[in-house]
Amino acid sequence: MRNNNSQAVHLKKQILIKIIEAFFSDDYERNTRLIPYQMRPKGSQVPYRCCIYKERAILKDRAIAELGFSIEEHDETVLLSEYAKKALEREKPEKNPLTVLDAACKGCVPSRIYVTDLCQGCVARPCQSVCKFGAISIVDGKSVIDGTKCKNCKQCMQVCPYNAIVKITVPCEDACPVGAIAKGENGLARIDFDACISCGKCVSACPFGAVHEKSQVIDILKHIKNGEKVIALIAPSIVGQFPGNIYQLKTAIKKAGFYDVYEVAQGADVTTKNEACEFEERMKKNEPFMTTSCCAGYNQLIKKHLNEIKPFVSDTLTPMAYIGQIARKKEPNAKLVFISPCVAKRVEVEEDPNVDYLMNFEELGALFVARKIEILNCEEEKFDIESSKQGRGFGVTTGVANAVKDASKNSDCVKPTCVNGLNKDTIKQLKKWAKDGKCEEGNLVEVMCCEGGCVGGNATINSVKIASKAINEFKTKSPHINGVEICKESS
Amino acid sequence: MEKIQVEICLGTTCFVMGSSHLQELIELIPKRYNNKVEVSGKPCLGLCSQDCEYSQAPYVKVNNEVVSQATVEKVLKVIEGIIGNNEK
Repeated sequence: MRNNNSQAVHLKKQILIKIIEAFFSDDYERNTRLIPYQMRPKGSQVPYRCCIYKERAILKDRAIAELGFSIEEHDETVLLSEYAKKALEREKPEKNPLTVLDAACKGCVPSRIYVTDLCQGCVARPCQSVCKFGAISIVDGKSVIDGTKCKNCKQCMQVCPYNAIVKITVPCEDACPVGAIAKGENGLARIDFDACISCGKCVSACPFGAVHEKSQVIDILKHIKNGEKVIALIAPSIVGQFPGNIYQLKTAIKKAGFYDVYEVAQGADVTTKNEACEFEERMKKNEPFMTTSCCAGYNQLIKKHLNEIKPFVSDTLTPMAYIGQIARKKEPNAKLVFISPCVAKRVEVEEDPNVDYLMNFEELGALFVARKIEILNCEEEKFDIESSKQGRGFGVTTGVANAVKDASKNSDCVKPTCVNGLNKDTIKQLKKWAKDGKCEEGNLVEVMCCEGGCVGGNATINSVKIASKAINEFKTKSPHINGVEICKESS
Repeated sequence: MEKIQVEICLGTTCFVMGSSHLQELIELIPKRYNNKVEVSGKPCLGLCSQDCEYSQAPYVKVNNEVVSQATVEKVLKVIEGIIGNNEK
């Protein structure tokens, strides 16, 4: 289950704050090196692991990831201060946006079906008779599963009258919709980046917080500290993630050192208009259905696992791509930073010609804390162009499909349907629609990788429920898309 | 009897460290305790800045008791405790 309010997340944010504090301190390298010792000083309690040394080792690993490096390639003899220095010196962030912290990974017992002690050794033995693979035998009066024969069909689990049979899961493997994370030879989780779609579900799923995003915070702060123009492009899902309203948030972000702030919802308005036109054209050509194309996780799924659906996917660019064009035109020399709810966008940023970096919501939050910025005390500052309620609704499930419908000239012909979260089942469904060349449920398919939409992203701060409510309230105060100014050059 | 006052800190630090989720209480408490308990979201209560202890955020105040690393469950438990005492 996704939980963005766990102790592991709390710990991650604390380290982020400390790294940013260190960065702005008079001795960045030394203060970064001291983080594990500050958080677990001599004689302090050991809340989670076997001893204080392991606690510190894991805190160090987390800090390395937050400095933007892979733990997989990390040399244990290198000091944290050295990593801090290297982060400052690098020209570009590393590829592969995720890393597994070996020391933090529990090396969970392999996923399998297991008969627990609750087995009563009954006479009926329904588990044995239901098993089609002959995997269950009776040893010392109790059922035992032969792992070499078991096909994980779970039939035995369902028939046991004592609920004595359970499925042992490995949370990261279980959460990954594409089988890209699995135990390596040493029993610890490993990500196969050829298969990984960077959806971030493993980050949210691991109860040990062992899967980490590689942060670009230092890269971004370096430009800010150098006095360069750095512009924040805030995703529509940011509404509800921080106290105060979005206009106060704009001021807060500028106080944190950014030169200016753009709403990505403005780009979403361009996406909406273009996608509505594209949809009409496709329907004129009697195409069976069209899927949206704004979700970065979905786009990587198409590229790596679901090529067959490509002909049905909209060619319209993402809101981030459009706002990137708009901002780049206005500020040719600025560094553009996408403020993101999820890790998947890191890959999109890497490929985008205009957007330079990504800072996620957790990282922005840590920046506010480290810089002691009280958002509720900030003045409101409006945006040059007020985005529409349709564009501002992109971050919540059904928001994109309904926006396209609202912007269509023949909105009665638009029959939206939503894939609310990618998992093994919904991917199967998408595969089927692509193979059959038809979708019974509608002709405009919105695909969101995260359940609930972008508000369910791995790096969000608030719960899906509260955040969705905040976005819906903000939408009611925003103008209709037919009344807002759309940047023509981006069409 | 005086109402129990619950103040949820919605300052930046507390919000980022988890009080965003505590906004749930603003809906939940009036439903559960009728008019025995009053709940409100507050701008920074100043508790995190005393000794730079964001590691203990988010904070909630129940009457004058400070609840650190507050969760919905933790806050409800404190409220139950006070109600229990009042009824004795």
